[in-house]
Amino acid sequence: MTMTVLAEKQIIESGPSLHQRLAARGFDAVTLLVIPAFALLALLFVYPFAYGLILSFEPKAGSAWSNYQRFFTDPYLYTTIWKTLLLSVPVTVLNLVVSLPVAFRVRLMYRQRLLTTILVVPITLGTVLIAEGLLNYLGPQGWFNRTLIAVGLIDHPLRLVHNYWGVFASLLINGFPFTFLLVLSYVTGIDPALEQAAATLGANARQRFTSVFLPILMPGLAITFCLSFVQAFSVFPSAVLLGEPAGQTRVISIAAYQAAFEEYDYSMASAIAMIMGIVQLAIVLGMMATRGLFYRGPVAGTKG
Amino acid sequence: MIRDTSLSSKLWIRAVWIFVGFFILNLFAMIGSVVTSSFATRWLGTWFPAGWTTRWYSSAWSEFQLQDVLLVTFEVVGAVVVISGLLGVTAAYALARRDFAGKKIIMLVILLPLIVPPITFGIPLATVLYQTGFAGTFWGVVAANLVPTVPFVILVMIPFIEQIDPRLEAAARVFGANTFKLFVHVLMPLLLPGILAALLLVLVRTIAMFELTFLVAGPTSQTLVVALYYAVFAAGVRAVQSIDAMAVVYMVTTLVWLIIALRFVNPTQIVTRAKQQPAH
Repeated sequence: MTMTVLAEKQIIESGPSLHQRLAARGFDAVTLLVIPAFALLALLFVYPFAYGLILSFEPKAGSAWSNYQRFFTDPYLYTTIWKTLLLSVPVTVLNLVVSLPVAFRVRLMYRQRLLTTILVVPITLGTVLIAEGLLNYLGPQGWFNRTLIAVGLIDHPLRLVHNYWGVFASLLINGFPFTFLLVLSYVTGIDPALEQAAATLGANARQRFTSVFLPILMPGLAITFCLSFVQAFSVFPSAVLLGEPAGQTRVISIAAYQAAFEEYDYSMASAIAMIMGIVQLAIVLGMMATRGLFYRGPVAGTKG
Repeated sequence: MIRDTSLSSKLWIRAVWIFVGFFILNLFAMIGSVVTSSFATRWLGTWFPAGWTTRWYSSAWSEFQLQDVLLVTFEVVGAVVVISGLLGVTAAYALARRDFAGKKIIMLVILLPLIVPPITFGIPLATVLYQTGFAGTFWGVVAANLVPTVPFVILVMIPFIEQIDPRLEAAARVFGANTFKLFVHVLMPLLLPGILAALLLVLVRTIAMFELTFLVAGPTSQTLVVALYYAVFAAGVRAVQSIDAMAVVYMVTTLVWLIIALRFVNPTQIVTRAKQQPAH
């Protein structure tokens, strides 16, 4: 008996081994499994970003800030921010505003799967194919213009490709399903009992939407806005193929691409990529800041 | 469900469905015009082409060297699927089962490539790959495509792994299984539906991933979507029908896998990335 007591005393005095202490803090052989994936991302994501940031301050000529100075003094470059925002913000807002009522209808459907499957198609096909399709479809001889003329709405074909509206249409066809499916997943997450309770208390459809659903949905809508906006802001293939890449739709990604692969100025290209990232981050942070103003918490009814 | 029978709500519901119908109609018409054009002999200034032919497919096949392009596409996609599966599932297991200092930072590094658009991180990534000589090679394209797919697999798999009772693993350990045996005999069979879903989504996303492949690929490492971009970009050099035939080949390649994928996943998963957790 004294032996065991002594042995226990020894263990207490020497404490657990390093292995045990690490395991208690969550580090053991299993934790190490995260290393390969993390190393890959560090090498292919974190390192290039850091490298690009440093490279953007090492311009071909001039002082450290001269890339950024050039960007914000050359109207051919700094107007790209405005042009990109002019495309991405209206499209994102439109997608969100339209997705909301549609999601509210679709949530009541029993067979949602067919609709969601159809809407996944344009996301899967991607922007390049949609650009090619819209070039045919919205072109002066395309079915869209033909139909409008046949119906008698217009006399001669509308110019819908190789300008702002072509890119707008492609962002709509790509972006609406994306936004809608995100909104739908938030809307279907709300317990229907909340709406029934509101209806029992005499709230009409508008009141139920504005004072029950909207406050609950706001955080989710803010996230949806951010994800959709970031997608739209980085529009590239459709702006080249469907837009006017030297004029109206010279978006910021075209400027970055041209700096890298036409002027071979990787330093300038990195600077533009960093500016692109900063604008996206600013809008996302702005949206997230407003998120704090809204209700966050459980959206399922509980038995009090 | 609460029924509103007032006139305004009926009109509103009608308007919502008309919009959805209009959207889907345009979507199908857009796809239909590509398919129609690819079978057209001559299609100028009329509703439908003057005649039908399949010769554009054989001319596109030889003009765009589709055989080589398809081969490269499937090699790239195969490599990306295998590597992101191996790295993603193991990392997801560690992240689902262990809590450790610095986990938040690791999760941030995993989330960022999914939130930051490919073109933003693609340009610095391409710069690094060009300077190390990887760009333009097969493995350069694979490496670039892994950046969004590994985090995607991790995020899809974490909830799947969390659903598995840890006592099953404990039981396997009691019976003397080592970590490898545990993975192969206990975890893999249980996780197979999740892994299949995640990898099929990776497959579909990689076939359609334009930006990263475009920035990094060289003439011999182009995938189908990049080849399609160059064909559309140089429109006028080749017949429109030929480009459309190629677009149809691309559509079929993507949609076949999408249909297979949809047998295992919910369509919303393609967008929302991870399974929605119950709210409480």
